[in-house]
Amino acid sequence: MKKKLSWYRIFFRVIALILIPTLVIGVLQRILTPKYVSSIPEGSMIAEYYDSPKNTDVLILGDCEVYENISNVAMYQNYGVTSYTRGSSEQLIWQSYYLLEDTLQYQKPKVVILNVLALSEAEAKSEAYNRMTLDGMRWSKSKRASYEESKTSKENLLSYYFPILRYHSRWSELSSEDFKYAFEKKPLVTSNGYLMQVGVRPVTTVPKTMPLSDYDFSQRNMDYLDKIRQLCEDHGAQLLLMKAPSIFPHWYDEWDAQVVDYAKAHNITYLNMVKDAEKIGIDYSKDTFDYGQHLNVDGSEKVAKYLGEILKTKYNVEDRRNDPTYSTYWNDLSKRYDEEKAAKTKAWESSNAK
Amino acid sequence: MLFTSVQFLIFVFVALVLYYTLPKKCQWIVLLVANVYFYLQAGFYGAIFMAITMLTSYFAALIMDYYKIVGERTIKLSKVEVTRDEKKKIKADVKRKSKVILVIALLINFGALGVLKYSNLFITSFTNFSPVNFILPMGISFYTFQTMGYIVDVYRGSVISEKNFFKYALFVSFFPQLVQGPISKFTMLSKTLYAEHDFSWDVIESGLMRIIWGYFKKMIIADRASVGLATLISDFTTYKGAYSLLGIAIYAVQLYADFTGGIDITIGVAELFGITLPENFKQPFFSKSLAEYWRRWHITLCTWFKDYVFYPISTSKRVIHQGKWLKEHVSEGLGKRFPMYLATLTVWFVTGMWHGAKWNFIVWGLLNGIIMLLSQELSGVYKKVDSKLGLKKTKIYGLFEIIRTTILVAVLQMLDYHKNIADAARMFVSIFTSANYGQVFGGGLFNIGLSVYDYVVLLVGIIVIYIVSYLGRNESLRVRLKSKPYAVRFILCLAMLVCILIFGSYGIGYEQSQFIYNQF
Repeated sequence: MKKKLSWYRIFFRVIALILIPTLVIGVLQRILTPKYVSSIPEGSMIAEYYDSPKNTDVLILGDCEVYENISNVAMYQNYGVTSYTRGSSEQLIWQSYYLLEDTLQYQKPKVVILNVLALSEAEAKSEAYNRMTLDGMRWSKSKRASYEESKTSKENLLSYYFPILRYHSRWSELSSEDFKYAFEKKPLVTSNGYLMQVGVRPVTTVPKTMPLSDYDFSQRNMDYLDKIRQLCEDHGAQLLLMKAPSIFPHWYDEWDAQVVDYAKAHNITYLNMVKDAEKIGIDYSKDTFDYGQHLNVDGSEKVAKYLGEILKTKYNVEDRRNDPTYSTYWNDLSKRYDEEKAAKTKAWESSNAK
Repeated sequence: MLFTSVQFLIFVFVALVLYYTLPKKCQWIVLLVANVYFYLQAGFYGAIFMAITMLTSYFAALIMDYYKIVGERTIKLSKVEVTRDEKKKIKADVKRKSKVILVIALLINFGALGVLKYSNLFITSFTNFSPVNFILPMGISFYTFQTMGYIVDVYRGSVISEKNFFKYALFVSFFPQLVQGPISKFTMLSKTLYAEHDFSWDVIESGLMRIIWGYFKKMIIADRASVGLATLISDFTTYKGAYSLLGIAIYAVQLYADFTGGIDITIGVAELFGITLPENFKQPFFSKSLAEYWRRWHITLCTWFKDYVFYPISTSKRVIHQGKWLKEHVSEGLGKRFPMYLATLTVWFVTGMWHGAKWNFIVWGLLNGIIMLLSQELSGVYKKVDSKLGLKKTKIYGLFEIIRTTILVAVLQMLDYHKNIADAARMFVSIFTSANYGQVFGGGLFNIGLSVYDYVVLLVGIIVIYIVSYLGRNESLRVRLKSKPYAVRFILCLAMLVCILIFGSYGIGYEQSQFIYNQF
C-alpha cells in the first residue's frame, strides 16, 4: 500500500513546485530579455525615465524626432530649463498619450511638448517598435491600455507579462552583456531621454515627395490629440505642439494645415521647425548624421536653444541653474553629457580619418 | 483551438477543476460540455456533421439491438417449441434487417466523409470541373472510423449499444482525441470514460509528464523541422539531390515528433481526467521490417483496418470461393494466397485513401502493401541467402534491419510531402543524379531556414527521444520514474519545461502549427 504523505511533505512539495520554477524561469527571463545597451539603445529609453529625479518642468513626447533632435542638457546649460524626453522609435500618438498618463503619476510638468509627426501614422506597423515603447513602461493601467491600442496581430498580452515568451529564441544570440546586465544595473544610454548622435552625413539629395491619396489624419489620432490636450489641462500643464526639423519623411503642407487649424482652434502654440530651420540655424550640410532625417548633437543643441528661449520667454519656465534641488543632478548630467560628446566626437573623427 | 495554444491549456485547466470539484456523477457531463465547447471553437459547420454521425450511429446501434432483442424474445416467448430451423430463420431475419440498418448507417457516414474528403480527387482526376471548396470538419476521419467501428461491433454482437444518447455523444466527441486520434474501441473507452474518477496527485503527475513530453517533441523538434521542410519543398529546381535527401530525413523526424508528440499530449490530457486511451505507438523506429513498423505505428488505425477491413475480406465466403476457383483453374499457390493478397491490398489502398485525397497517398499505401507482400513471398529466399552468406541474427544484423526499415519508411514518406507522384519520383531520382552534396553539406543546409543552432537542437532532441524510447522498450519511462524520488521526477519535468520554454518554436517569428495528422 502506498504511504500517505505527511502534511509538511505536501507543504514543501507545493512550495518547491511554485518557488523553484518561478526562480528558474525568472532568472532565464532576465538573461534572455534584450538589454539594449551597446546595440539598439532605443529599447532602453522608456525604462530609464523611472531612474530620473522626475521633477522636470518640461516633458517632451514623440518619436525619434524628439529623442535625437532636442538636447535636454543644452537647454539646461543655456536657459536652465529642465526637461525630460520620453521618446521612443515610431512612437504613435496614443502611445504618447499613455506615456503622458504614466508620467503624470510621478510628476507635474508645466509644459508638455508633443511632436506631431505621429499624427500621420494611423496604425501600429511593427511589433518591434511597440516593444521598444511598451516593454520599458512599468505595469499600470496606462501600459495595459497602450498595449490594447497598439498591438499588432501577432502580439499577445501574456508575452508582455512574461517577456520570456517573446524573447526565448534569443538563446542563440546571447552576448556577455546579457549575462552582465541580467542582475546588474544597466548604464544610462540617454541624457534625460536625449540619445546623442555625432558625426556628419550631409544632405546630398532630397527624396522625391510622393502625393498621397488621403492627407487627413485619422479620427483616432485626432481623438488622442484631444485627449492629450485635455489631460494637460486637467494637470495644469500647457501643451506645445512641434514638428521637428527634418528633410524627410516629408511633412506635407496638408498635414501642417491640419495642425495649424487645431492649434488655432484650441489656442495652442505650434512650432513648425521644418519651416523655421533657417531661423534655428540648422545647416543640413553639418547638423545631420543621417542625410537629413535626424540631427546630430550640434543640430540638436541648436533646436534646444531655440526651444529653450521660447519656453523661458513665452511659458515662463524657471531657470533652475541656481536651484540646489536641481543643480547637483543637472551639473552631473552636464558633465557626463560633455564627456560623452567629446568621446563620441573623437571616435567619429578617428573612424572618419581612416 | 490548437493544442499548442495558451487557450487550450486554460481550457483543460478549467475543465479539470470542474471535473474534480463537481459531484462525481456529473464528471461525464463536464466532459461532454467541454467537448461541445472545444468542437464549437472550430466552427459550427463541423459540429453539424458530427451531430449527423452521432445521431445516425446512435440510432443504428439502438435499432440493431432492438431487432436482436425482439428476435430473442420471439424465440423465448414462443408457446410452441421452436425448431432449430425456425431459430435459424429468426436469427437470419434479425441479421438481414440489422445488415440493412448497418449498411445505411455506413453509407451515410462514409458517404459524408467521401464527399467532403474525396470529391475533389475524383473531380480533378476524371472531369473538367473545377474543385469544390469543402471545409473538412475537424477530426472527421477519426470520429467516423471510431463510430463506424462501434456500429459494426454492435452488429456483430460484441458490443451492446449505449442507450444514453449524451453518454454516447461523449464517446464520439471526447475532445483530446478529436484532433488526431487515437481511434478507440467502445468497449475499452466507455469503461473508463463513463466511470467516476477520484482526484489523485499520482494521476495528475503522470498525465502532466506525458503532456510535457508531447510538447517537447512537438514544439522543439517537429515545429523546428517543419521550417526546413517548408523551404525544401518550396522550390524543386533548387532543392534537389542532397537537399532531397535532407528533406527525407527532416520529414521523418518531423512526422514522428509531430504525431507521437500529439498523441502524448492527447493521452496525457485524457489521463488528467483519469481516462485511459489506447497507445498508438510502440517504438516504431526500432522495427526490423515494414510489417513490424506497421504493428508499432498508428496502432489504433491499423487495428481498425485489421478488424473491419482485413478480416471481413479475407474470411468472406465469396473471397474464399474465388480463391478456390483460382486454385482449381489457375494455380494452387495463387488460390491459397488470394484472400490474403486481396485483403492486404484493399487495406493499404484504403489506408492510403484515409491519409489524404491525393493519388500520392494511394500510391504510398499500395507501395506499403506490395512491399510487405513481396517481403513475405521472398522470406524463403532471404533465409537461403542469409545462410549462404553466413549472416547470423546478431545485434549488428538487427541494427542493419532497423536502419533498412527506417530508410524504407522515410523514402516512402516522400509521397506524403511532395505535391504529386511525379515530383516525389523526380526528387528521389535526383538523390542519385545531382552532384550538389559538397555544396549542401559544405554550408547549403544552413540556407533552408535552419541555423546551426537549430540543427544542434534537432540533433540533441533526436538523441533524447532515442534514449527515452530505448529505455522504455519494456516498460514506459514514466512508470519506471514512479519509483524514483519525487525530487528526481520534479527536476526532470522542470528541465523539460524549461527546454520547451526556451527552445520551443512559438511566439513571434514562428507560425503556430496544427498537427500533421489533423489534416488526415
